[in-house]
Formats: sequence, C-alpha cells, structure tokens
Amino acid sequence: MKSVRSRTVVLSILFAALAIVIALVSLSVGTTKLPLADVVEVLLGGGRRGTRLVVLELRLPRVATGLLVGMAFAVSGALLQTLSRNPLASPDIVGVNSGASAGAVAVIVLAGTGGGNISGVAAKVGIPLAAVLGGLLATLVVGALSVQRGVVDAGKVVLIGVGVAAAANSLVAWLLVVGDVNDAGRAAAWLAGSLNARTWSDAIPVLIAVVLLLPVTMMFNRDLSALVLGDDVASSLGVRVARIRLALLVIATVLAAMATAGAGPIAFVALVAPQVALRLTRTERPPLLTTAMLGALFVVLADLLARNGLHWAHVGPYELPVGVVTAACGAPYLLHLIGRQQKGR
Amino acid sequence: MHVENLTLAYDADVPVVDGLTLEVPSGQLTAVVGPNGSGKSTLLRGMSRLLAPQSGRVLLDGKDIHQLPARELARKLGVLPQGPVTPEGITAAELVSRGRHPHRGLFGRLTSDDDAAINDALRAVELTELRDRPVDQLSGGQRQRVWIAMVLAQGTQHLLLDEPTTYLDLAHAVDVMNVVHAAATTGRTVVAVLHDLTLAAQYADHLVVMGEGRIAAQGRPVDVLTADLLAEVFGLKATVVEVGGAPVVVPDRRLAG
Repeated sequence: MKSVRSRTVVLSILFAALAIVIALVSLSVGTTKLPLADVVEVLLGGGRRGTRLVVLELRLPRVATGLLVGMAFAVSGALLQTLSRNPLASPDIVGVNSGASAGAVAVIVLAGTGGGNISGVAAKVGIPLAAVLGGLLATLVVGALSVQRGVVDAGKVVLIGVGVAAAANSLVAWLLVVGDVNDAGRAAAWLAGSLNARTWSDAIPVLIAVVLLLPVTMMFNRDLSALVLGDDVASSLGVRVARIRLALLVIATVLAAMATAGAGPIAFVALVAPQVALRLTRTERPPLLTTAMLGALFVVLADLLARNGLHWAHVGPYELPVGVVTAACGAPYLLHLIGRQQKGR
Repeated sequence: MHVENLTLAYDADVPVVDGLTLEVPSGQLTAVVGPNGSGKSTLLRGMSRLLAPQSGRVLLDGKDIHQLPARELARKLGVLPQGPVTPEGITAAELVSRGRHPHRGLFGRLTSDDDAAINDALRAVELTELRDRPVDQLSGGQRQRVWIAMVLAQGTQHLLLDEPTTYLDLAHAVDVMNVVHAAATTGRTVVAVLHDLTLAAQYADHLVVMGEGRIAAQGRPVDVLTADLLAEVFGLKATVVEVGGAPVVVPDRRLAG
C-alpha cells in the first residue's frame, strides 16, 4: 500500500519537474533564441524590456495554455475512464470534445466578421461558453443512452460516444461549408488542436477551470476508490453513487470543454495520459495528480516538437499543430488498447 | 433487524417480493434459500437500500434504513452484493482497506484503528500471508474471502451477503461458510442468501425458505427442511436425511418412464 502511494507521489513530482523544464526550453527557443538564464530572470521579475515582451506576452501564454489544457484533458480522461470502467472512454473518443468543438465552431463561424477573426465578448466568453454547452449536451446524450436500469454499460458508452462524436463532427463540417471562407479557415486550424498564437485570453478560462475544478476533483478521490469496486459495493460503503457520478461527469465535461475552447480538441491526451500513469504507478485506476502532471508534460513536449520538429529535421520552417504530434503518438496507443480489450484484457 | 410488510419490484406492476415481514434473529446466522426467481436476492437488496421499496420498511435498531444518512447506515450495515468488481492489480490488503471508507475523513490517512480492523479482517479469513498479493491472482475461494474481509473491516454489527458461495467448488464454499459462521458467532447478525440447501442447513441458525416473493417457511433448519416443503416450494422430489443434527437433501433420481 505504502509503495503504491510513494510511487504515485514520486511520479507526480517527476512529471511536474519535467514539464517545467520543457516549458522553460519552450520559452527560450523560437525566432529569437534566448538563453535559459534570461528566461528564468524574466520569470523572476527581472530582465530587459524586449526580453520581457517576448517571454511574457508572446511565448508564455502559449506555454501556459499548453500546460493547463494538458492537465484539464488528462484529468477529464481519468475521470471518464474511471466512471465508465472503460479505458477507451475518454472525452476525445466519446464525443465530449466533438460536442465542445461544434459549439465553439458555431461561435467562430456564426459570430465571425468574415475577416477570419472574431473579437471582443464573442471570443472571450462566447467560445468557452458554447464549448461547455456543446460538451455537456454530448455528455447528456451519451449518458442517457448508455444507462440501463441506473447502471452505466461500459461497452455501450464507447459505441454511443463514437456515434455522438460523428454527429457533432458532421455538424462541424456543415458549419465549415456554410461559413465565410476566412472564418472557416480559422476554425479548421483551431480544430486540428493548435497552441499557435495563443494569448492570455485563451489561457485564462482554462486556468480558472483547472484552479477551481482540480482541487474539487481531488476531494472525490476516496469516493472514486470505492466506486471502482462497483456501484452496489460503493453504495453500501456509504457513497451516494448517483449524485457523485453526476457531479464528476459534469466536472470531466467542463474540464475537457474548457480545454477544447482554449486550444482546440487536441487529440489523444485524455486517452493516453491516464492509461500511461495507471501503468507506471500500478494502481487500479488512473491516479489523478500523476495523470494531470503527465498530461501537462505530454502537451508542452508535443508542442515543442510541433513548433520546432520540422525545423530541427531541416525540412523547413513550418509549424505543425500540436494535435498532429499528439495524434501521431496517441493513435498507435489507441490501437494497442483496442487489441487488448478484444483479447478480453 | 426487522422487515415490515416489504414490497419490492423492478417493474411497478410485478412485485418480486410481496408484502414480506421478517424478524431477523440478532447475533445469529440466518440463511435465505429458495428456488431461482423466488425473490431472495431481491429481498437482500431491499434490506440493504440497494433497492427502494414500493411499500413497507426495513428497520435497523428501530430506525428505517431509508431515513438514515448514507454514511451512518454504512457504519451499521455491511453488504456484499453479487458480482462485485475486482479492479485489476489491486492487492488483498488494499481491497480490504476500502471497507474503512465510511469511517474515514476526506483526506486523512489510515488511522491505527483502521489498520487494526484491516488486520483483524484478514486474519479472520486466514489470508494474512497473502495480503500483498494482487486479488486477481488468487483462487476463486480466496478472492471471495478477501471480499468478505472487506465487509468485515467495515466493522458493522449487521452483515448481508448475497450468494457468497456461488461458483465455488464445495471445499472452497465450506471455507467461505466457516468464515461467515465465525462472523456470526462473534456477535454479529448475519443474513446470507445461499443456493445450496445442504450447506445452508449445515451452517444456519435460522433458515428462511422463500417461494414466489413470500416466506414459505422459517425456523431451525431441522424443523423447516422437509421432503414435503421441498416438493411444494422447489418442485423437487427428494429424501431428507439427518446427519449430525442437520438435514441433508438427497434428490431422487428421475427414472425413465
């Protein structure tokens, strides 16, 4: 028991430290290379004005958004996988991200000015709000259809979720067709999951969601430990199963939707991070804190590669959306998981 | 524990348990038996609040279980439902420690009381040596004993067990029943739904036979389990013989023609 706990703590600290190191490296590389020492100096409140502008206004919003959406997606995945007792049930598979995307794209396209840019209230409040509503709607549909006699059917969650995701994605496709070409272009880039040109107004909604919801989620840790034993056992241990399941579903949905609003539906973070953390800690469900730190690390590392990978490989000065890199890592893992499930674990 | 006029149904028009009244003897092992579909598992779900009654009530120390806060009930009444989920990789001691849930705060670590209850429970099911082994690597009988230890660690005065010996071979079933019986001899009130009549008669202090949602007979096993009752309730032709004071059911072979 003790070794499990210390493994979880050690890995959380390790992932957090690595995420910070990668974040610092991310802040230092770019069109103007900055020495790491300068970056640290700026973060500590010093540095020259030019350096401060590059680090604090141009690069930090992007890196901070990356860290935060990584945590939000990963914890959302851990919650959904635990609640449905199915490793495939993450928000990117069961339609939550797609629902959130449909909401966000609707705002980008319908409130767009035609210049490929929306601004003001529509962007700051409209996109996150629409994303949360779209995500909740997707969760509601998946939840309502996969519950039988008050019990969630773990297999059905994924099948229905894939269906809901398809429906939401076709809605997105339709919006892209009917929308103004510039707005549609902007929405399409966003849909690939990109941290390019993030500003503080992208980072702050995710920051609020993570700061509020992560501690709340940690408070449910012990109830989750009872829930993994089955609804009947949990309920006889004094857990109010229906209420807690609903609360955690809403939290997981809001986290994924806010992350989607902030950086687009970055694929596979929510699926992979909990499962890798689970295997490394050898616990019986994804450990929340370790998963959060691993998610943050995954996204900033993927973004560093997306931003500089092609340049380092001498292919050219192109930037990839971060979602392309996470998908390249995550897709093989998804296939591996499906293979494992079909063998009956 | 007292069951009063309890009616339970999954489908409002079709009662599975129909106006049942039962006084559970304190500090004894009560076995509930009956043919498939007689409502015995449903009765246990109704007694444990896993199923809300259509009408009637279940009293625990004089209080309606549906009026008690969830945690308070969980400190008085332990339940082992059918088919609990054993998470992959969980160790025996870790699983047993989950039984302490209703006694613990939001963040606090296991107290010495918790540790003592976990150790006692593992000792009671004779699995102290296997405490650090993953439960999914244990035999079926050992796994079932770990689950019983989890409910024992909950430290409740009352225990409800739903078919704790299902899928076990006779030797493992006997191991499990010894543990269940020992729990009752230490002053707990235990109710177990069982499907094996001979095993039930061998261990139970009080035997309840259910048929079609009602109690067909109850009392000491030796008084209740008769050839007439088996014919009437189970539709079974059998001879009942007595071995060491407990009835043993020997089914008659149906001969051709």
